[in-house]
Amino acid sequence: MPREDNYILDMQDITKIFPGVKANDNVNLSIKGGEIHALVGENGAGKTTLMNVLYGLYEPDGGQIFYEGNEVDLDGPEDAIKLGIGMVHQHFMLVEPLTVTENIVLGSEPRSGLMLDQKTAQKDVKEISEKYGLFVDPEAKIQDISVGMQQRVEIIKTLYRGAELLIFDEPTAVLTPQEIDELFDIFKSLKEQGKTIIFITHKLKEVKTISDRITVLRSGKSIDTVNTEDVTKEDVAELMVGRQVLLEVEKTEANPGEEIFKIENLNVNDNRELPAVKDISLSVKKGEILGIAGVEGNGQSELIEAITGLRKIKSGKFELRGKDITNFNAREIKREKVAHIPEDRQKRGLIMDFDLKENIILGYHDLEPFSRNGIMQYDNIAQYTEDLIEKYDVRGGGMESQAKNLSGGNQQKLIVAREFSHDPEFLIASQPTRGVDVGSIEFIHNQIIDRRDDGAGVLLVSAELSEVLSLSDRIAVIFEGEIVDVLKASETDERELGKLMTGSQAEAGGESNE
Amino acid sequence: MNKYSDKIKSVLTDLGLSLLSIIVALIVGTLFIYLTDKSPLDAYSALYIGAFGSFRAIVNTLWRSTPLILTGLAVALPFRAGLFNIGAEGQLLMGGFTAGIVGFYFTSLPTIIHLPFAIIAGMFVAGLWGGLPGVLKAKLDVHEVIATIMLNYIAMALTINYGINLFKETGRPATPRIMKSAAMFNFNNMNKYPFLKDLPLSDLFSQPAIRLHLNFFLAVIAAVILWYLLFKTTLGYELRAVGFNPDGAEYGGIKASKSIITVMFISGAVAGLAGVGEVLGTHFSFMQGMDAGYGFTGIAVALIGQTHPIGVILGGLLFGALAQGGLEMQFSGIPSEIVMLIQALVIFFVAALQVFKVYLAKRKAKGGVE
Repeated sequence: MPREDNYILDMQDITKIFPGVKANDNVNLSIKGGEIHALVGENGAGKTTLMNVLYGLYEPDGGQIFYEGNEVDLDGPEDAIKLGIGMVHQHFMLVEPLTVTENIVLGSEPRSGLMLDQKTAQKDVKEISEKYGLFVDPEAKIQDISVGMQQRVEIIKTLYRGAELLIFDEPTAVLTPQEIDELFDIFKSLKEQGKTIIFITHKLKEVKTISDRITVLRSGKSIDTVNTEDVTKEDVAELMVGRQVLLEVEKTEANPGEEIFKIENLNVNDNRELPAVKDISLSVKKGEILGIAGVEGNGQSELIEAITGLRKIKSGKFELRGKDITNFNAREIKREKVAHIPEDRQKRGLIMDFDLKENIILGYHDLEPFSRNGIMQYDNIAQYTEDLIEKYDVRGGGMESQAKNLSGGNQQKLIVAREFSHDPEFLIASQPTRGVDVGSIEFIHNQIIDRRDDGAGVLLVSAELSEVLSLSDRIAVIFEGEIVDVLKASETDERELGKLMTGSQAEAGGESNE
Repeated sequence: MNKYSDKIKSVLTDLGLSLLSIIVALIVGTLFIYLTDKSPLDAYSALYIGAFGSFRAIVNTLWRSTPLILTGLAVALPFRAGLFNIGAEGQLLMGGFTAGIVGFYFTSLPTIIHLPFAIIAGMFVAGLWGGLPGVLKAKLDVHEVIATIMLNYIAMALTINYGINLFKETGRPATPRIMKSAAMFNFNNMNKYPFLKDLPLSDLFSQPAIRLHLNFFLAVIAAVILWYLLFKTTLGYELRAVGFNPDGAEYGGIKASKSIITVMFISGAVAGLAGVGEVLGTHFSFMQGMDAGYGFTGIAVALIGQTHPIGVILGGLLFGALAQGGLEMQFSGIPSEIVMLIQALVIFFVAALQVFKVYLAKRKAKGGVE
């Protein structure tokens, strides 16, 4: 029996075992009708597994599920949908060349004869979209619309199928800060209309902002369910990690030395050959962290790719220790003691099918002692890997397991281990903690600050304003490919940066603290 | 140690899957054999006896698998680097033709010079033939599938239609016979060599029907060298990185263009060795039709061998056995079409199980943690 009457959903003692892993171990989750319930936990805690059980994608090895007071047996997503459970996946399940409307009605299309009844379909979509404040362009093709709008299409899709309980799997991971605000407005409007929301996340700020109650999972077990107003971010972090976590970065005043890296009048085009970086000039000193704040897609990626030798530039130059390295390729730049944590660890940072020891030497694989006369020295590499795995606490597999079997946080630690182990003098860190759990964030931040204190110059790019603010010594704000201002981190705040990032000039007018 | 047991386990799984698909193919094949009013049992026992039933059968199975192992390697190696080499056929022809020319043109070289010269010349020209699409891909981004297919046609026209006519022996669509000094050592000649004739089995080998020659050993050596290259050298590390994730490799400072050209040259040379062996060891001249589609069968061999050089040896042996045993099946009255059909079924089911394996891996990954 469900434990209380006002629970719309009660999952009791859910156990799900995969070969070698107990992904869910007697997990309990109870959801009240009409609440926004955050399901939090580190990567690998079993959140997604639990939701896949609820959505009928996995058959549990033990436990019971009660929905609206009745025990249910979910054989597949069809059963879940029938009950009124909808899921918005982290990776959208949309057909790119079809229109928004076609995607929404796909699988339960209104028909007139053999044809899709476009009119009814569009009317239905419009109705839902207005009712919940979900703005979409019904006739646009999926491939042409923003990620935020694609997500709204996914939401309408579940509502169109009559969902009362909506599951969101890390919905904010792919969104810009503005889009996150919009999503939370949608959450509120859904709640007002009586819908129930479960959302998976590991971002504590979001949990505090939007949820009513929180259930914390750790290592496959449900640790606790708490009312959001009764706990602090620190409390939740402790529940997630199992120990106290420092959410604020602790660092001493920077002690900048001479200039190590300089960009002069850099212009770079994006993949469509449109200008992405416009006439940027910047400089980084030894022993300081220069943060680049900006809404994603304002030229940060192109800028980083250009200075790491991964993208051709149009004009301009950059210097390292006074040496012109403008036309160096990726390998030559690495040899200049430049480390690079790339923004996309799966696309750039790792060869996912390589094992840990092959990944930990990527970019250094042709150097002694890893390689001698063109022959890989796997004994040396194994020794080296063992040391680094221990030092950087990379968990989830030995050196022989493939990188793709690690959780996101451990993949990132693997990259950090590799890049920080060759005494970098200039460090480029792009979204260093994206999709990484709280414990690993703390670790990576400390590593970056340690490097700075060792006298390395650091260029940091992050979409997380709080990260840029807490780590950086100086902050350059990028907007539409231009640096609109450079500020001292200690003399600015999220509000001022937010304004600069979106193109509205700060009231004070760009005083430069260069 | 744990890591070895894991490795052995995964190898055994691969082997088991390949074996299972062969069994399924043979079971489905029985249906078609029934169509011919023959007993499947007789047919399959003929297949087995033909391929493994006697010393001669086993040795000739090795002989038949030789060019297939080599073309299989020529497909498998680029596959690891993310490239699909459809051009083994053309590379084989170019290698064979070159070896054939060198084989008859130089009349007064000792074997110790003539044979290696013919082999290396053939491999080198075939390497260029394979390297060319590599250059096109690296420099101009021309898709290697298109380029290699087109080069197959050009190679056919160049060697069979045009080349043979230049040197044609009267009455035979072939180049003149190669000199003895360029011929590969054949095992049925063991008795004629002072040291080898004292070896055990030398009598068994010395029957005229034994066709096995030196190239089988060159093929095995090539497989071992390629295995070492792929998994133990820096070049191999880079090739596999490019194959798995070109963006990641670029980030790691690996030049994809260099890898692509190198791997295509090597693979062309290996396919060329298949043709060289056919000319210098089997036919003793470059003949029309001697390629017998080896280049294309090589694709199947590579896939069955999981694109692993050692697996390719096994894949080549399987196809060699099917070809050798298939003859015996024909003698027992099964039409050659049915024999081909059974070979095709084996390929089909191995490919299908490959898909199944990918599916299993995906499910397992999904099943892992989050």
